[in-house]
Amino acid sequence: MGTGTGIGRVRGLGSARHGAHHWLAQRYTAVGNLLLVLWLLFSLIALPGLDYQSVHNWIAHPLVAVPLMLMIVSIFWHLRLGMQVMLEDYVHDKGLAFLSMLLLNFYAFGGAAAGVFAIAKIAFTGIVK
Amino acid sequence: MARTTSRPLSPHLTIWKWGPAMAVSIMHRVTGNGLATVGALGLVWWLMAAASGPEAYATFVKCATSPIGYLVMAGLSWFFFQHLFSGLRHFVLDMGAGYELKNNKLWSLLTFVLSVLATLAFWAAICTGKF
Repeated sequence: MGTGTGIGRVRGLGSARHGAHHWLAQRYTAVGNLLLVLWLLFSLIALPGLDYQSVHNWIAHPLVAVPLMLMIVSIFWHLRLGMQVMLEDYVHDKGLAFLSMLLLNFYAFGGAAAGVFAIAKIAFTGIVK
Repeated sequence: MARTTSRPLSPHLTIWKWGPAMAVSIMHRVTGNGLATVGALGLVWWLMAAASGPEAYATFVKCATSPIGYLVMAGLSWFFFQHLFSGLRHFVLDMGAGYELKNNKLWSLLTFVLSVLATLAFWAAICTGKF
């Protein structure tokens, strides 16, 4: 960056017009969670049972597996943004802040991958008797 | 911590008088982080158990239907509905509405009432439907 004039510094480090991205993504995923988690809860109520076979064969249906995967992505995206804000408020040490962001990202991506993989495996296994 | 006593202290939890708006804001963060950790892990556990086979699923059901399991699930369901209604309140506030003192207090209190009612309705539906 160097020590240029004020306008020079602004040109190098000014607004990238992405300032609202975090805030907007939090809202988009909030709407996603609202619709998809409510759909999951109503579906759980409507299922004939919550035993292995009922749950497995319900998830195996493509029209269930796909929204369920989208729900996992929406949930983990939303929780990553939300927990980031919380950690930024409470973790003041720079090293610990970096570590907490590292662990948060591992958690969010790892959890989402595990959830999506589990749904995919059930869907590709198909109906069990 | 050393502090210049002649300067005012920044308002914080210990200074402000508790009110509905403050409580709903704090609960939004508490419920959000509870759902983000215990809730998300429980959800992935459930899916992983269903993907791993009947034995893994039986282990999950055994834990989930233990007294502690029911307590956690009941708590998570209330956390979810509380976060849902305080989240909807956020959408209204984002649009610049609902800042009048009376309305703000009313809707803050209503998030708690609605979340408790929704939780009770959810468990009533689950219990009458099966088990």
